[in-house]
Amino acid sequence: MRRIISVLLENAPGALSRVVGLFSQRGYNIESLTVAPTEDETLSRLTLTTVGDDHKIEQITKHLNKLIDVVKLVDLTEGSHIERELMLIKVKASGAQRAEVKRCVDIFRGQIVDVTSTLYTIQITGASDKLDAFLQAVGDAAIIEVVRTGVCGISRGEKVLSL
Amino acid sequence: MLSGGDMLIRALKDEGVEYLFGYPGGAALHIYDAIFRQSDVKHILVRHEQAATHAADAYSRATGKVGSVLVTSGPGATNAITGIATAYMDSIPMVVISGQVMSHLIGEDAFQETDMVGISRPIVKHSFMVKHASEIPDIVKKAYYIASTGRPGPVVIDVPKDITSPLYTFPYEYPEKVKMRSYNPATRGHSGQIKKAVQLLLGAKRPMIYSGGGVVQGNASHLLKDLVDLLNYPVTNTLMGLGAYPGTGKNFLGMLGMHGTYEANTAMHHSDVILAVGARFDDRVTNAVSKFCPNAKIIHIDIDPASISKTVVADVPIVGAVDSVLSEMLSLIKESDEKPDAQALAAWWEQINDWRERHGIYTQNRFDTTGDKIKPQEVIQAIWEVTKGDAYVTSDVGQHQMFAAQYYRFDKPRRWINSGGLGTMGFGLPAAMGVQVAYRDATVVCVTGEGSIQMCIQELSCCTQYHLPVKIICLNNQALGMVRQWQDMQYSGRYAESLYEDSLPDFIKLAEAYGHVGIRVTKREELKQKLEECFALKDRVVFMDIMVDQSEHVYPMQVAQQSMRDMILSKTERT
Repeated sequence: MRRIISVLLENAPGALSRVVGLFSQRGYNIESLTVAPTEDETLSRLTLTTVGDDHKIEQITKHLNKLIDVVKLVDLTEGSHIERELMLIKVKASGAQRAEVKRCVDIFRGQIVDVTSTLYTIQITGASDKLDAFLQAVGDAAIIEVVRTGVCGISRGEKVLSL
Repeated sequence: MLSGGDMLIRALKDEGVEYLFGYPGGAALHIYDAIFRQSDVKHILVRHEQAATHAADAYSRATGKVGSVLVTSGPGATNAITGIATAYMDSIPMVVISGQVMSHLIGEDAFQETDMVGISRPIVKHSFMVKHASEIPDIVKKAYYIASTGRPGPVVIDVPKDITSPLYTFPYEYPEKVKMRSYNPATRGHSGQIKKAVQLLLGAKRPMIYSGGGVVQGNASHLLKDLVDLLNYPVTNTLMGLGAYPGTGKNFLGMLGMHGTYEANTAMHHSDVILAVGARFDDRVTNAVSKFCPNAKIIHIDIDPASISKTVVADVPIVGAVDSVLSEMLSLIKESDEKPDAQALAAWWEQINDWRERHGIYTQNRFDTTGDKIKPQEVIQAIWEVTKGDAYVTSDVGQHQMFAAQYYRFDKPRRWINSGGLGTMGFGLPAAMGVQVAYRDATVVCVTGEGSIQMCIQELSCCTQYHLPVKIICLNNQALGMVRQWQDMQYSGRYAESLYEDSLPDFIKLAEAYGHVGIRVTKREELKQKLEECFALKDRVVFMDIMVDQSEHVYPMQVAQQSMRDMILSKTERT
């Protein structure tokens, strides 16, 4: 099962490499990883998505918690949560395609952020499966370049991950 | 006001470090100069950095204190890696300080530069790179705190040379306490879980107590003994846990696992409740996890939550320090009205005693004693007798290690010093040095083979320099015995690169070249007397080269991918 694990990490040199190293060392899978400082500059927030059964996920969270630089973590997929990913995508847009792509962008509530005579650069935000669906809708033939940020997420309601 | 180099050594002194095992080099020279100008922290100069880590590791295993290592950058640091990995696998507290090239050269492929923090990352509990001299006291304090608390382990401090420069001085104050928001190791177990565990344990009909290195490391051996004696339950120790319960104690079934005793492995398989204390269900213990102890409910006490249900799922997991959890269990059992089922227990003991009689290695010698050749097992038995079971025994890795584990019956914790997790050949001699440094008057024996000893034999020179009169007992079978055994059993006797033929050195002359005593034993009838001669030479290093039967195998041996009770008992018998 796909899980989103959100980690508060000491904003210290080498901290990220310890997290990434743990995954390769123990043969765990990272599907996506995002990391950036938080409002507290001593802390970074790292969100990673991984796939595994309950046993594997339990081991992953235990081993992450053992890392000295990990302050706190939560498996967002355990409760209701909001997840978002941002994608920038360049697609062919010439002739009749131009209008078709524009319609598709509107349907997915994306934005065209750059335009050339033959290309659109589109920004689209949402859960990962929405981005996947958009890619499918546009079709491989039209896609020139894709860049995705990886998932970030936050719990719904009162539940917070902070110190 | 102190320089970075002086601060580092001063911080070690303030931390209570007595011995530093190490080897100097360019990037560490300011630190070495600081060592020269004081006398509180004593330095032991090894002959290879691997030995420094093993010696510090064994110093820690024998004393319970944190072992300390100092090496230079580049090759000094990489040579220390094997020893750091060894300590990591066995959860040994150790702090390794490595010199590093000057800060401004880092990343430029400078002379003797290696990314020590990076290269050691998977095998340390934590690591620090010092960015400014003023951080040194705090980092040293944290390093020792992290290494020695929770599940212990090695910590690396990488120190660029400019940081230790005598040209710049800073105010020094050693912190009294350390507080880290991201590191709060568990100490007490959950009392609800402990209650559940006690209930399960008291209701057992065929109980087993399976204790590991955590009981030794956690200084809880006396509590384990109290528990075993109070309940009169059978107990087995892992390779790392030997000595946690007395090896000659009546409830002791011997070691369990791949080369565990018939009675320990069989009893584990048939048990209905297993109390695992400070043990981690290692693959060398469980054999095939899917066939592991099919009827047993499992209580697992461990300080590391990640060890619990990692391989074998625990029915009652308890995260906590073993001493605190065992004390709580003991008082609950004493208060409880419930008592173990005496009749079931008596039947269980009867069964176990029958297993002991049938194939146990302590009821009768199971190896052939009729031939002329010296058997490795009888050498260990003889060492045990001559040293009255009271020596510190270090070992290397291979057949001799298993024979030592089986036949030297450790009655006290911290007496058996071996590389269990990583299985590091070359560990034995430097480990013996580390123990002898800690206990100058103790009898320290290194049980080794002619293969392993050659991996760190240069340390005979270190023994000379510091007058460390360790006794090296080399079970010389002129082959890599364990490799050869597997080749016998699985490769139809094709001894690929496991035989030394005529290439072995004359160990007697070699020992003498270093200023030590060498004694060779080739005849069975001389064995005991020569060993007595060896141990009578209290203040000398003695290298005993004992020619043993090359064809001997270690038994019992579990059949791979089967249950715990599936064992090969000799060259002709199996369960």
